[in-house]
Amino acid sequence: MSMSNLAVLPIIIPLISGIILAFFHKKVTVSRWLTRILTISNLGLVSYIAWIVFTDGAVILETGGWEAPYGIILVADPLAITLVLTTNIIATACAFYAPHSMNIKEETHYFYAFFFFLITGVSGAFLTGDLFNLFVFFEVLLMASYALIVLGGGKVQLRESIKYVLINLFSSVLFVTAVAFLYSVVGTVNMAHIAERVQEVEQKGILTTIAVLLFFVFATKAALFPLYYWMPKSYIVPNPVISGLFGALLTKVGIYSILRVFSLIFVYKLDLTHQAFIWFAGLSMVFGIIGALSTSNIKLIVAYNIIPAIGFIIMGIGVFNQDAISGAVYYLVHDMIIKCALFLLVGTIAYVAGTSDLRKFSGLIHYYPVLGWLLFVSAFILAGIPPFSGFIGKLLLLKGALTNDEIVIVVLGLLSSLLILYSIMKIFIQGFWGEKDESFVKKPTKGLVGPIVFLLAFSVILGIGAEFIYPSIDTISSYLLDPEVYIDSVLKE
Amino acid sequence: MEIIISILAGILFATAIYNLLQKQLLRIIIGTVLLSHGAHLFILTMGELKRAKPPILIEGIKDYVDPLPQALILTSIVISFGITSLLLVLTYRAIKENKTDDMAQLRGEEHEYE
Repeated sequence: MSMSNLAVLPIIIPLISGIILAFFHKKVTVSRWLTRILTISNLGLVSYIAWIVFTDGAVILETGGWEAPYGIILVADPLAITLVLTTNIIATACAFYAPHSMNIKEETHYFYAFFFFLITGVSGAFLTGDLFNLFVFFEVLLMASYALIVLGGGKVQLRESIKYVLINLFSSVLFVTAVAFLYSVVGTVNMAHIAERVQEVEQKGILTTIAVLLFFVFATKAALFPLYYWMPKSYIVPNPVISGLFGALLTKVGIYSILRVFSLIFVYKLDLTHQAFIWFAGLSMVFGIIGALSTSNIKLIVAYNIIPAIGFIIMGIGVFNQDAISGAVYYLVHDMIIKCALFLLVGTIAYVAGTSDLRKFSGLIHYYPVLGWLLFVSAFILAGIPPFSGFIGKLLLLKGALTNDEIVIVVLGLLSSLLILYSIMKIFIQGFWGEKDESFVKKPTKGLVGPIVFLLAFSVILGIGAEFIYPSIDTISSYLLDPEVYIDSVLKE
Repeated sequence: MEIIISILAGILFATAIYNLLQKQLLRIIIGTVLLSHGAHLFILTMGELKRAKPPILIEGIKDYVDPLPQALILTSIVISFGITSLLLVLTYRAIKENKTDDMAQLRGEEHEYE
């Protein structure tokens, strides 16, 4: 087996796993153990690939042996493999959380198969080097998410999933249209080849319009202001473990696409496109945090918190210097992990409290001290209190923004961080503090806490071990700021 | 020829958006179908509509139409077919559970998630 085949394994292993698990859908015990074993072994394998990518450089696979612009290529570069690794960490946590939070009926209706298909789509979207193939992987992950969001078939779920499917269908059609536009102008769908041709004409003429259209498509998937209205409600209707997967992975694929397209292809009209990103980022922070403060539904608070985080990352892409891109990548990885942890955490809290309305329970700390302190720590991680991981990402982002004299966005970023802390602390103060309720019936949380601790441990390592991790993030951002490296390694010139 | 097909795709997009903004669920689905028709026609047009032979290799023929957009459309057609069938079943179930096909009534109440 040649070394370059490693690039396809993070896609093909979940795909085969999903197919195998579709056959065992009625045997719950077998499915559970197979899922655990497969996710852990996949995590190990992806770690090995990541180690190879960071020591020897990007692993590039020309599928079918066709040379670069003619065939589909898979590019496991430092950014892609880091995100695939994060995806697999989250998948492992969710694989262990799922059996304890789902009921047998949901599990036997192909949950584990769709779970693996979702991972296939996400990994494929991160690894592909072809714009149309990116569309196809988007559809793979969206199809799996359609099935997962409606799993259980409750009244509310059916209603919200229709809206979710419709908005995603609309933006997917726009994606295809944008690809068609781009194909008519540059005559190729390979990303490196597009980048080379856009570079030749310095993004003249219609190309900026196409860039904006692509941004619109990806911003819809990423739930950026003003295209986030579909997201919060549809993310809280399914089971907590599915919300965790969605909150951690789906919007982040949109962000990754923006990062890739606007650091590789459309980088010649920065004052127009990237400056607009900063405005959208600022508005996302404001509107997202207003949403989070407006509700007393704990799941909705976390769902709304996705939007300002998206704003932070987009701000880094908009500022577009070394520090800001490092910060954006750092924050992206941090946010994927912490959002999954938070969704699992509020899912657990809503389960033990029997309600997700904050006004209806209090004093949980007397019965669930571990859950309480986990929430306390996650609030700190999310808001960016040192020494946790949110701090370093935000520090780099704000430093980058200050270098470019973007004062307004820095102030907005700091203020929204404060309000993010408040919105999560509100859950802790109102839900966990207070008098002991003697009539409260304690429910067992066996198996629900472990995966959350596992994810939070990664967040803490990402913060405390910043000195070890930062050089890799720096490698990624230097790589992203120099599209030539990507183009040359793919087209082999 | 490209101009005519582009205008046709534009009309399809316009009717699709009009249908998507309706309240009745089935009309919305018809809107999505029209939308994907428009997009597929658009891909075909963007690949240049020249008068040449179909892309099947036959000896003696040098001029073929561009095969790539055709492959892209074929992929896109099956994907939108899959999503449309899912959407139809989903709508059927949602209408049965919620007892309405009016989008305005599917908005949800304020404190229902608790």
